Amino acid sequence: MVCESLVREGVEVIFGFPGGTVLPLFDTLPRYPQLRHILVRHEQGAAHAADGYARATGKVGVCIATSGPGAANLVTGIANAHLDSVPIIAITGQVARPFIGKDAFQELDITGITQPITKQNYLALDVASLPRIFKEAFYLARTGRPGPLLIDIPRDVFIDQAEFHYPNKVDLPGYKLTLQGHPAQIKKAAKLINEAQCPLIIAGRGVNISTAYAELKELAEKAQIPVVTTLLGISCFPESHALSYGMLGMHGMAYANFAVNDADLIIAIGMRFDDRATAKVSAFAPNAKIIHIDIDPAEIGKNVRVDVPIVGDAKAVLQKLNKQVTSAQHIDWVRQLDDWRRKHLSTNIRDTDQLLPQYVIRKIYEVTRGEAIIVTGVGQNQMWAAQHYWYNKPNSLISSGGLGTMGFELPAALGAKIGCPDETVWCIAGDGGFQMTIQELATIVQEKAAVKIAIMNNGYLGMVRQWQELFYRKRYVATPLTGPDFVKIAEAYGLRGLKVKRNEEVVPAIETAMAEPGPFLIDFKIEPEENVYPMVPPGAALSEVIEEPKKEPKVITDSAKLSVSNI
Amino acid sequence: MTRHTLVALVEDKPGVLNQMASLFRRRGFNIESIAVGHSEVPHLSRMTIVVNGAAAMVEQVRKQLDKLIDVVKVSDITGDDIVARELALIKVKTTSSTRSEIIEIADIFRANIIDVASDSLTIEITGDEDKIDSLFNLLRGFGIREIARTGCIAMTRGGSGPVSTDKRSPKTKEKSPNK
Repeated sequence: MVCESLVREGVEVIFGFPGGTVLPLFDTLPRYPQLRHILVRHEQGAAHAADGYARATGKVGVCIATSGPGAANLVTGIANAHLDSVPIIAITGQVARPFIGKDAFQELDITGITQPITKQNYLALDVASLPRIFKEAFYLARTGRPGPLLIDIPRDVFIDQAEFHYPNKVDLPGYKLTLQGHPAQIKKAAKLINEAQCPLIIAGRGVNISTAYAELKELAEKAQIPVVTTLLGISCFPESHALSYGMLGMHGMAYANFAVNDADLIIAIGMRFDDRATAKVSAFAPNAKIIHIDIDPAEIGKNVRVDVPIVGDAKAVLQKLNKQVTSAQHIDWVRQLDDWRRKHLSTNIRDTDQLLPQYVIRKIYEVTRGEAIIVTGVGQNQMWAAQHYWYNKPNSLISSGGLGTMGFELPAALGAKIGCPDETVWCIAGDGGFQMTIQELATIVQEKAAVKIAIMNNGYLGMVRQWQELFYRKRYVATPLTGPDFVKIAEAYGLRGLKVKRNEEVVPAIETAMAEPGPFLIDFKIEPEENVYPMVPPGAALSEVIEEPKKEPKVITDSAKLSVSNI
Repeated sequence: MTRHTLVALVEDKPGVLNQMASLFRRRGFNIESIAVGHSEVPHLSRMTIVVNGAAAMVEQVRKQLDKLIDVVKVSDITGDDIVARELALIKVKTTSSTRSEIIEIADIFRANIIDVASDSLTIEITGDEDKIDSLFNLLRGFGIREIARTGCIAMTRGGSGPVSTDKRSPKTKEKSPNK
């Protein structure tokens, strides 16, 4: 029943880990060769891999775990997918029906536990209900604001038999989809855009989910509106475009944050005004009217006041909006932004003998010509990867934004590579987060997934150390950490690796990794106390951005970026 | 902080109440009362929730309730012209000398005596919250053994209310083909 439903939904890959209650399901897998099962080493890895797979392909990611601890280990991954609106379906085994509620061996109330972090979850008490549940679950995962779902299936339900009848339609009277946007609201928005002197687009992950790349570009170019993105909005608009002003927020570009502060109109598309993006909410965009386009009505007005809310799918709404927006120039405004960018070049890299992480990221960008899928961990490595790699290819950054899950990087990179075998996938990790899911190296080797891994190894939990340096008088409590010799670890797991300590070794190492047909790991021994700048301190407004203290004035210019503009 | 009355039409399935209550719980809202029962449509229940909270926060919860797959409709009817009623059962200590006085009080409130024992009376009263509170206060002097209240149930006056089923589009009334 389960496999048949998965096949009907076009599932090709399942990330899983077996156990007692899901054994009947695993026993049927060989009869479905079209379902590739990937055995992870920890169930958290299964959920993150399904997440990475879903983000990279736009398809629904599927993961399986057994009851009890298996299901519990999925929880972080499900929460991660929930916060970032990623369509995954988790199938968990449950103890047989007569044992439910009796604290049986490996029994866990996983539907209760995951209820606040799933779009919907199901306890399937009847085998005949499985096709309907799977139909609904896939429909819900894919439509509207995507999200994770969980289907908990007791062991004896797996074994029960019933006639398989897969429904064509779902019956969900409580599921309301508003996709098209209200015409009167779109008209109002167009009027505001046409009247604005200093308009600014803030694009979020909704643009990536909705694949509204062309529509966003049309709006920006037609009315000459500068574009900044959230962390997860990165790559929805080519970063080498003349109208791209990078990421906003806590570690956003100074000029992007200045632009938000001075704009007279914010057009927010598929983003949710997260606190990392807005900084101090009361001081957010103080001079601007706000148009908020989002598919989820519960996001409208949640964090900031909105002047024109438009509930709908970004692509559908932008198509209508673009027709009503008149061509415009905004020469002074764009000039102002360019001026800020010149004076506050947030992507400068100090010229130094120290091995800087920013330099490493920039070189990965250059060697891959910006055509890789980048999967990051959480913390400094994530921010450097967001700042110093320029994303021109749509949907090419995969990162844990909402939940901020360290350890996401390796299994998510595995999922992305399995989903997109022809793409180059780089996993940018920190030495802290990498050790949280390091066991998935075995999965990568077993599956021959050619993931390229770059560890920004500074011997610290770097982002926390940075906060301790700046806000806790340099008291480094519980942030210095040792790690294994990652190259030896890689070799022990069966993949090649290189240690890099000096600048001149960076490019050859990246090239070696790229030339390697299989997975490859590079341990970059970076400057231990390097900080992420710019930074908006917690509680401050976006305009109060702190830029990198000028240690060494000489800088590498942004020529690489400027030379590829107008792509 | 103001008191809000929300009415909802929800699927009659396990876990729905839990999901809804959870959205209040995560914000630390204490639900004053919650009352659920079958609606006029099979498989759908109607719920009345009374909660104290800041208006903006309650509106945020309402939107998130509306987002739940199993919630068909939900509306905050606080400012509307509504009828709201609650039912209470009050068991009062009696003696032969107080019994008739208690019955008289119950009569004034148009409450019913539904059980009589040698040392107690059980009174059923329906009304708005103030009425039930008044009766409770009057009876307190006699000694209350037990009180059970249903919590408020409410609907808007006249016409069809914000969560009535007759406004549902024909499409959503369709049965799924697999049933």
